[in-house]
Amino acid sequence: MKDKNKIIAGLVIFIAIITFPFWFNLGKAAPAPDLVLTAKAKAAKTCVMPTAFMKSDHMRLLEIWRHDVVRNGDRVFINPEGKAFTMSLSNTCLDCHSNKAEFCDRCHNYASVRPYCWDCHKDNPKGE
Amino acid sequence: MKNSRRRFLQIAGVSALSLGAKPVLNAFAAEGAEGLGYRVTRGEKALSAKQWGMVIDTRKLKTAADIQPMIDACDKAHNIPTAIPDKKQEIKWIWDAPYHNVFTEKVNQFLNEQVENKPFLLLCNHCENPPCVRACPTQATFKRADGIVMMDFHRCIGCRFCMAACPFGARSFNFRDPRPFIKMENKDFPTRTKGVVEKCNFCAERLAVGKMPACVEASNGALAFGDLYDPHSKVRELLKENYTIRRKQNLGTEPSVYYIV
Repeated sequence: MKDKNKIIAGLVIFIAIITFPFWFNLGKAAPAPDLVLTAKAKAAKTCVMPTAFMKSDHMRLLEIWRHDVVRNGDRVFINPEGKAFTMSLSNTCLDCHSNKAEFCDRCHNYASVRPYCWDCHKDNPKGE
Repeated sequence: MKNSRRRFLQIAGVSALSLGAKPVLNAFAAEGAEGLGYRVTRGEKALSAKQWGMVIDTRKLKTAADIQPMIDACDKAHNIPTAIPDKKQEIKWIWDAPYHNVFTEKVNQFLNEQVENKPFLLLCNHCENPPCVRACPTQATFKRADGIVMMDFHRCIGCRFCMAACPFGARSFNFRDPRPFIKMENKDFPTRTKGVVEKCNFCAERLAVGKMPACVEASNGALAFGDLYDPHSKVRELLKENYTIRRKQNLGTEPSVYYIV
């Protein structure tokens, strides 16, 4: 153990560098994104399902929609209140939420998820 | 108490198993839509059939100009990228070809001149026994209950086995992002993305809202569309009254597109 001091100093430096991102960002949590609702979305008050469900499960609901539309040919969604919607990302979801940059993207960027929906589906098809 | 250690291990094992199984069972129980109160259904106006089919009256389609409106209607309805310069990368859902390319096994040495020279309309045959469906490793292409051979672009991995399996060349591969090459845009229909195979879908999205396929609507009566298993459908009436041929019938795929020559 001739080089005890060097080893310990090296270890301290190593640990300091490795943990740098953690203590550098300590106490500086990125703020949750502010979502902007369009006038149309605000007027509708509630989405196809309750807001809490949409926040946590919209991706699962979209998966169910895509499966039912493409594979089963079922294209109409009837929500618990009995209201019918056409199951379409571009024509139903993005009809109200026509501000993808301020609605979809903000949360997706914050959560670091990159859904590939818009490779095919048009964002804001009506161009509002 | 000779077996006490074995007994202890048995009990411990069974307990661990039951503890481990609980979350798994919970996860399965959480699947499915029950309890959320919503349901999905077909549209009220949706058309249904046992096997959708088409009859093309080639007597009414004499020139390329007669056929073009149908091709344009499809290109527009489905955002087909028509401006791709490389012919090897072109995307086509409905197109035309001369007789000897269409009915390869029915080419006589001496043929009616008019038949030999005019273009024939081609599209996916929506076979009753589709080889593309058997070739697809992800079930991205599948046969619907109404006979339409459908593509699920979400599942397509772009392996192109289906293109190799299809004897009619009805499938096209997106070698590049198609969006810059779309000339006529339909905002209600999605585009495709690089790396998926696409083909005619018999306008499943139009049938779902009670409309006839776009090409049939644009055909001025030259194309008929209906249920092949309904003896009173328009296609069956035409098949009863006219002699028709199908493409490469000897392969046994049972195409659903008939030609009156």
